[in-house]
Amino acid sequence: MARKKFLSLTAVAAAAALSLSACSPSATESSEESSSADGSKKGGSGESLTIGIKFDQPGLGFREGSNDPTGFDVEVARFVAKEMGVDEADITWVQTPSANRENALENGEVDMIFATYSITDERKERVAFAGPYFVAGQDLLVRADEEEITGPDSLDGKNLCSVTGSTSAQKIKDEYSQGVNLVEQGGYAECVTYLESGQVDAVTTDDIILAGLAGTEANKGKFKVVGDPFSVERYGVGLNKDNDTCQQINDAIQKMKDEGAWEEALKSNTEGTGYEADDELNSGADAEFESCD
Amino acid sequence: MESLTTLFEQYGSQIPVAFWMNIKLTVLAAIGSFVLGVVLALFRISPVASLRAVGTAYVHLVRNTPLTIIMLIGVLAVWGQLKITFADDFTLNFFIFAVISLSLYHAAFMCEAIRSGVNTVPQGQAEAARAIGLGFLPAARLVILPQALRGAITPIGNTLIALTKNTTVAAAASVAEASVLMKTMIEFRPDVMVAIFMTFAVGFCLIVIPIGLLTTWASDRLAVAR
Amino acid sequence: MSARSVLFDAPGPKARRNVLIVNVVALIGVAIVAWIVLGMLNERGQLEPSRWISAVNGNAWSNYYLPGLQFTLQSAAIAVVTSVLFGLVFGFLRLAPYAPIRAVSGVVVEFFRAVPVLLMMVFFYQVFAMLGRAGVIPSADGPYFAVIVGLTLYNGAVIAELVRSGVKSLPKGQREAAAAIGMTPNQSLRLVEVPQALVAMLPSLLSQFVVILKDSALGYLIGFYELLQYARQLGSGQGNILQTLVVAAVVFIVINVLLTWLATLLSTKLSSKTAGRTKPRAGSSAVKV
Repeated sequence: MARKKFLSLTAVAAAAALSLSACSPSATESSEESSSADGSKKGGSGESLTIGIKFDQPGLGFREGSNDPTGFDVEVARFVAKEMGVDEADITWVQTPSANRENALENGEVDMIFATYSITDERKERVAFAGPYFVAGQDLLVRADEEEITGPDSLDGKNLCSVTGSTSAQKIKDEYSQGVNLVEQGGYAECVTYLESGQVDAVTTDDIILAGLAGTEANKGKFKVVGDPFSVERYGVGLNKDNDTCQQINDAIQKMKDEGAWEEALKSNTEGTGYEADDELNSGADAEFESCD
Repeated sequence: MESLTTLFEQYGSQIPVAFWMNIKLTVLAAIGSFVLGVVLALFRISPVASLRAVGTAYVHLVRNTPLTIIMLIGVLAVWGQLKITFADDFTLNFFIFAVISLSLYHAAFMCEAIRSGVNTVPQGQAEAARAIGLGFLPAARLVILPQALRGAITPIGNTLIALTKNTTVAAAASVAEASVLMKTMIEFRPDVMVAIFMTFAVGFCLIVIPIGLLTTWASDRLAVAR
Repeated sequence: MSARSVLFDAPGPKARRNVLIVNVVALIGVAIVAWIVLGMLNERGQLEPSRWISAVNGNAWSNYYLPGLQFTLQSAAIAVVTSVLFGLVFGFLRLAPYAPIRAVSGVVVEFFRAVPVLLMMVFFYQVFAMLGRAGVIPSADGPYFAVIVGLTLYNGAVIAELVRSGVKSLPKGQREAAAAIGMTPNQSLRLVEVPQALVAMLPSLLSQFVVILKDSALGYLIGFYELLQYARQLGSGQGNILQTLVVAAVVFIVINVLLTWLATLLSTKLSSKTAGRTKPRAGSSAVKV
């Protein structure tokens, strides 16, 4: 008796588990995809794009609830998509955390990625890049009233926060200020709460990411970006190696810059942080487009 | 094989350091959780209703909270907002936070282990203690707890084993221990990840299995003959 | 108090008065500490209503906590089923009549019981990342599968041990009775002993579910989008990560407390259906608790 009951219980549970496994994290995302694919048919253009962005990086790629995503990355992506003849309604936004970006491109899960994606030789072995659409540099975020910290070499005896697994904090310790106290956290949002309460004196990563954090509603006016970038991070558009869109994307980015929409998008997303994109980086040799061969 | 040698040349010396961190966490948190566990167990069998309530509430609350959350709240709220700092050096500071979080968490399990030991002490022992005029604390200290602890060796050993393994969660409190190093090594050399994983897994087996054997041996040897 | 302890007398009037005084003093002490803590949090703006409201409003629940909770519960539920299967298979193998099988399955079980769950998750995270690269699974699912596999191996090994010890702890009479009516050892194991051990195990299984649910929070550390990760994401954008994590913690605790309570209830109900033990022996002990 008991055995039969238990077995049937197990069977029910197994069935439940199987049906549950049908809605894995990726399945939830692709359900959004199918709904937007329907939308594209109604739109009549027939073109649609799946674009990978960050969902948790305010000012660059951020999605609140089920709203449309916002941020500089997203606006560049929208502009490029429009130039490629894809309506905004036909874009499916997919979250691509840093660790997943190459995989998602190689599998064809996304068509392109705009997610603070630095162009590096190592990554180029697996994926292709268009752009860069922005050149960032590693910088420091400090409290608005901070006077002492002016750059990476003024951090001796100070407390610095960065994200677990990123090399940016270690770089400061190795190359600039040996006496810096490092704490690594799961995300920059944690670092910002420590900066606010005074437990750390600076947060380090790419300048535009810092500006985005400082520009959120809750943080407005509390922090400033030091403005002395000490590395070069060229944000590219991640593409599959077999793409045929690279040149099209480069042209679109160029057009966005020429028309002034680029400048505008940058301004509106970093408003109130005193941040200005480094001109030297963004008009010099580092901003030259990747070749699309 | 050659690639393995270079990998272990680069990281080999860090592996004992990382494991040493886990061992330090284990030993300190074992002491901390045992002391707190005894206190909680005393609370739970004490004559004072409010102490019993505090003990019960603590055990129920902590046993049902993920350790990850305790670590995160410790760092985010207690260090980040209440600004309670134990050392200026971050490494030491977060190490202490990890020890405290581990102690608080496992104290609930230690308490239950000791309480199960108390259950093995026959009622006659307590009656005898009372009969010779011992009050609650002397009776607990001289008669009940010594027997209870000997009867609780197996569950205490199980808690110690769980504690040893849970020291890896200290990664959430920014402590550089074995799991963090393993992650770094696998990210560096994904082609030999099975070898790397086995190295760390066997390392934990080497710590955990002796604890288990020691527990069995001790519980056999120290069992109160009845 | 119905179950009175023999360890102490019922407190008399004087003791009761002393206890009352100490209680009041302790309560005042706790209140003062709480006041100071709240004051410090308030000073840092952590008690601002806006920070808490945006951590518990409709947007937070429908777009963050509930989807996150779905994945937490889902991964835990799947892990329960798979670890029961794993546990049954290895529990049987550990009772097998052939020594080599017993030995090998024993090593497997002991290995997975000794290795920290987080270590397994970190490892399988990388394994699934490789599979994701190869296109076998969607790359976004890697952490999800890693959590399930890590939980399954550890808890499956624990359940295998529960099955084995459950069968071993059955009264001898059960096996003898089965033999007396002409059952082979195998039949006796399959039809008499294991089913009873399983019923006796159910409460342990339910409390194992609490363990699984709690351990699924480790997925946070490998980037699995579960309850805590969603709470983090919500807090990142609104600058109230502390508040959102507190809400997530409360949700976790409430669910676990309910499950634990259910397990206790079940163990009382089931004790009549098996010769095995469904809960620790109460017996006559020094202190009734």
